[in-house]
Amino acid sequence: MSAPPSGHSDPRVAFETAKLGLWTFLATEVLLFGALFTAYTVFRVKYPALFQSEHLKLNRVLGTLNTVVLITSSLTVALGVEAIRRGKARLLEKYYGVTVLLGAVFLCVKYIEWTEEFHHGLYPGTNIFFSLYFMMTGLHGIHVLLGMGVLSYVIVLSRRGRLSEAWYTPAELSGLYWHFVDLVWIYLLPLLYLIG
Amino acid sequence: MAEEIRSGRGYLAERGWRSWAYTMDHKRIGVMYLYTTIAFFFVGGIFALLLRLELLSPQAMYFSNHTYNVFFTLHGAMMIFLFVIPAIPSGLGNFFIPLHIGARDVAFPRINLASYWVFVAGFLVVIGSLVSPMDTGWTFYTPYSAKTGAAVTTLSLGIFLIGMSSILTGLNFIVTIHKLRAPGMTWHRMPLFIWGMYATSIIQVVATPVVGVTFLLLAMERIFGVAFFDPAKGGDPVLFQHFFWFYSHPVVYVMILPAMGIISEVIPVFSRKPIFGYNAIAYSSLAIAFLGFLVWGHHMFTSAMSPLANAIFSFMTFFVAVPTAVKVFNWIATLYKGSITFEAPMLYALTFIFLFAVGGLTGPFLGALATDVQLHDTYFVVAHFHYTMMGGTVMGFFAGLHYWFPKMTGKMLNEKVARVAWALVFIGFNVAFFTMFIAGVRGMPRRYAEYLPKFHVENVISTIGAAILAAGIAVMFWNFLQGLRKGTPAPGNPWRALTLEWKTPPVPITENFHEIPVVTDWPYGYGKVEGPPA
Amino acid sequence: MDNILAFGAASDQAGRVDGLFVMITVIGGFFFFLTQGMLIYFAVKYRRRLPGRDNETPAITGSPLLEFLWILIPSIVVVVIFYYGWRVYTDQRIPVAGATEVYVNARQWMYEIKYPDGRTAINEIRVPAGRPVKFILSASDVLHGFYLPDFRVKMDMIPGRVTTLWVQPERPGSYQIYCTVYCGTGHSNMLARLIVMPQGDYAEWVEHGGGEGGEHEPLAVRGERVAKNAGCLSCHAVGGAEKVGPGWKGLFGSNVPLEGGKTATADEEYLRESIVDPGAKVVKGFPNVMPTYKTTLSKEDIDAVVEYLKTLK
Repeated sequence: MSAPPSGHSDPRVAFETAKLGLWTFLATEVLLFGALFTAYTVFRVKYPALFQSEHLKLNRVLGTLNTVVLITSSLTVALGVEAIRRGKARLLEKYYGVTVLLGAVFLCVKYIEWTEEFHHGLYPGTNIFFSLYFMMTGLHGIHVLLGMGVLSYVIVLSRRGRLSEAWYTPAELSGLYWHFVDLVWIYLLPLLYLIG
Repeated sequence: MAEEIRSGRGYLAERGWRSWAYTMDHKRIGVMYLYTTIAFFFVGGIFALLLRLELLSPQAMYFSNHTYNVFFTLHGAMMIFLFVIPAIPSGLGNFFIPLHIGARDVAFPRINLASYWVFVAGFLVVIGSLVSPMDTGWTFYTPYSAKTGAAVTTLSLGIFLIGMSSILTGLNFIVTIHKLRAPGMTWHRMPLFIWGMYATSIIQVVATPVVGVTFLLLAMERIFGVAFFDPAKGGDPVLFQHFFWFYSHPVVYVMILPAMGIISEVIPVFSRKPIFGYNAIAYSSLAIAFLGFLVWGHHMFTSAMSPLANAIFSFMTFFVAVPTAVKVFNWIATLYKGSITFEAPMLYALTFIFLFAVGGLTGPFLGALATDVQLHDTYFVVAHFHYTMMGGTVMGFFAGLHYWFPKMTGKMLNEKVARVAWALVFIGFNVAFFTMFIAGVRGMPRRYAEYLPKFHVENVISTIGAAILAAGIAVMFWNFLQGLRKGTPAPGNPWRALTLEWKTPPVPITENFHEIPVVTDWPYGYGKVEGPPA
Repeated sequence: MDNILAFGAASDQAGRVDGLFVMITVIGGFFFFLTQGMLIYFAVKYRRRLPGRDNETPAITGSPLLEFLWILIPSIVVVVIFYYGWRVYTDQRIPVAGATEVYVNARQWMYEIKYPDGRTAINEIRVPAGRPVKFILSASDVLHGFYLPDFRVKMDMIPGRVTTLWVQPERPGSYQIYCTVYCGTGHSNMLARLIVMPQGDYAEWVEHGGGEGGEHEPLAVRGERVAKNAGCLSCHAVGGAEKVGPGWKGLFGSNVPLEGGKTATADEEYLRESIVDPGAKVVKGFPNVMPTYKTTLSKEDIDAVVEYLKTLK
C-alpha cells in the first residue's frame, strides 16, 4: 500500500505534523492517567490511615529496581534516536533492542510483585488502596507492553532499511512515547510506594 | 484522476466494496460514517417511538416495565454515542474539513480509516451486549450498574472503543487544522465551521479519555470487585458521577459546536451578507470549549455535594451561557438588511436558532440551584436536552445534510418535498417536547415506565407530536433517497457560496483540488464588502 | 394536591422557589421574544423581493459596541439569576432549629420510615402541620431519590452515606413522594406519601401508637391496608395482571410452579414464608428480587395480609 497523499510534500512540515499528532495523543494519555491520579488523591485524603498502613505492604525494593530499569530504558531509547539522527540504523536497532529487553524486565518484575501480593491475599478487590495500586500499575503495564510493541515495529522498519538521517519520524515518535511511559512511572512510584 | 473527471463522478468513480473498506479518502470515510450514524439515528428513533407508544397509557400496556426501562437506556445510549456525537464531526467534518482549508486530505489518513473501523468494532460490541440488555439509563450510575446482571461489562468495552474512535478523529482534526491549511489561509480566514470543529476536537481529545477510564473502572468493579465506587469497601458511588459527567458535560459541546459551525456557514450564504461578528463567533467556540469543562457538577446538585461546590458549579454554568448567547445574537444580526431566501438549509438553520433558544433559555432554570432542586430528574430536563440536542444539533445536522447534499452527491434535492418534511418536523418536534416542560414542572419524574394519571394528557399530546415528527423525518429521508437515485444534476456551486468546497466540480475529485488554492480573502465576502474585519 | 405549572406551593420555602421560577420565566421569555421576534421580523422584512436577483446588501461585518453590550448585559442578568437561585437554595439547605427528625431509608422498591420514638412505617410519613421536619435519608442497595414536588425539594439517597432534607409544611394534606433516581424495574412504582396532619390530629395519632384501624378491624381489612402501605402493590397486582411479581388473584390455595421444577401449594405457610424469606421459593418465570419483610412487618400484620389474600378469589 503506497503512502496516502498527505498535505505536505515538505518533509520538515510532515515531521512537525507527526510530532504534533503524537503530542496531542500524549495529552489524551495524561487525561487517562490523570483521572486515576485524581481518584488516588480523593481516596488518599479520605483514608490517610489506610494508605499509610497498606503502602508498607508493597515491595519497595522491586519498585525501586523497576524504576532504575525504566530510567535506563529511557536512556537507551534516547541514544537510539540520537543514533538514527546520525544515520546509524544498526546502532538504533541495538539500542531499541536493549530498550525492549528492559521493558520485558520491567514487566517480569511487575509479575513477580503482583504474584507476591496475591500470595499474601492482596487483590484488586481487597480495599481501596489495592484497587488503586492494581489499576494504576496495571494500566501502566499495558502501556509498557504497547510501547514495546511500537519499539519492536520501529526495529523492523529499520531492518528493512526504511530509516535514515533524512527520515526517522517513527523513531522520534516512539522515543517520545516511551519517555512518557517512563514519566508516568516516576509519578506512580512515590505516590504508591513511598509516601506514608 | 482523469477517469474521475471524465465520468463526472469524482471521488465516487471507483467502485467495489474494497474501494470503500480500504479507502483513505476522507470524503469516503465521511460518507461511511454518515450512513452508519444515520442508521443508528433510525434505530434510536424506533426505540423512542416505542417509548412514546407505551407512555400513551399511565400503566404498563404493551411491554413490561423492565422492557420499557431497557428501551429508554438503549434509546439514550445509542443516540448519544452512536449518532449525536459522531454524526457531524466524523461524518460531515471528515468530508468538508480538508476541503474548507484547501487540503488534499486530513493529516493522518490511515488513522482516519482506523477510527472508522474502531467505531465499527465498538458498535458491534455494543450490539453484542444486547444479548443481556441493561436498564441502567445511558448514565450507568453505580451501584446499580455495578450490581445488575445485564451485560454492562461488554457494553463498557464497546463504549471504550467508540471513545477511542472519537479521540483519533479529534486528534486528526487538530493536527490537520494546525498544519494543512492552504497558503494564505490564516486562522482568521478559516471558515467558522473549522473554528467550531477545532474547538470540538480539543474537547474530544481532553474529555474522552476520562470516560474511557470511567467505563474501565466500572468493568473492573464488575469483574475484580475493585472498590472505587463500592460503598461497602470504602468507595464512593458519587465518584462515578464526577468521572462520568467530567466527560459527559463537555461532550454536549462536542455535539453542539459542529452544528453551530454549520449554522455559521449557512446563514451568510442564504442572506447574501457577511457573517456578523466573525471574531466573536470564532472565539466564543473556544470559550465554550474551555468553560464547558468547569460545570459538570450541575448534573449533581442533589448528589450530596457541598453547598460551596454547588454554588461554584452553578456560577460557572451561567457563564458558559454567555458565549452561546453571543453566537445567537450575531447570527440574527447577520440577517439584518440581508437578501434572504428560504431553501431547506436555511429553514433548518433558522429552526436551529429558534429551537436552540428555547433549549438554551430553559437552561437557567437548571443552572439556578433552587429551581434545579425542583426540576432535576423530571421531564423538564428531558425537554431541555431534547430542545438543545435535537432542536439544536440534529436540526443543524439536517441543515448540513441539505446544504452539502449537492456537493457530496452531485445531485439536487426536491425543494418542495424538503419543505413539507421540514414543516412536519418543526410542528411534530414542538408538540412532542414542549409538553414535557409542563409535565416536569408539575412533577413528573423521568425514567418512569408507569406514571400517575394526572400526567396522562401531556403524555398523549407528546406521543402525537412524536408521530408527526417521525413522519417528517421519514419524508426527509425518502427525499434524500430520491435525490440520490434521480435528483437533477447539481452545478458546482448551487448556493453561490464562497467557501472552498464549492470551487470544486459538482462531485469533488479524490485529491480535492487540481492545485492547492492560494487564499487571499476570508470566505464571507457576500454583498458589498470591503474586506474582512480588522 | 396538584400544582398546575408553578403554583400550589405547600410551604413558604416552595413559594420562594416559585418566585425564582417566575422570575426566570419572565427574563427568559423576554429574551426569547426579543431575539426570536427579531429573527422572524428580519426574515420577513429582508427576504429577497425579486426572484433571481438579490437585494442590495450592505458591508456590515460586525460592531464592537454591540458585542460588548451583548456580552455585558447577559453576564449581569445571569449573575442576578445565579445569586437569587443560590440564596433560595441556601435557605433550603439549612434546617430550621427544632425540626422533628424522621429517618427514611430507601431500598428496592420502597421507603422504610422510622420515627424517633421507634415507630416504623412503609411508604407513608406522617408529620404535623406548621412545624419543620428534617428527613434523614439513606439507601440500602442502590441510589434512590426523595422528591416532594409540592415542596419543590429533592435529595438523592446514597448507599453508604446520609443525606438530609427539611421542609416546613403549612397546610394539612397528602403530598406525593417520588423516587427520582433510576433504581431498577420498580423505580416508577416506588411512590410514597407525606401526610401532613393538623397538630391536634397528629398528637392523637402519636399517642395511639400510630396506624389507622380500630381495635375490631377485621383481619382481612387490616391486611388490605398493610399490603397497600407496605408497598406490596407496587409489584403485585390484585386484579389479574402481572407486574414485577406474581398476581394475587386466585393465588391462595392454588398450585404454584417454582423455579427448579417443583410446585408448591399457596397455603398460609407458603405465603408467610414468601413474605419473610422470599428467596426460599421463587415462582417460575419471575426474578428473585423481592425484599424481605421479616423486620418490617409484625406477625399480626403478616397474618392479616394472608387473610386478605384469601379474599382475592
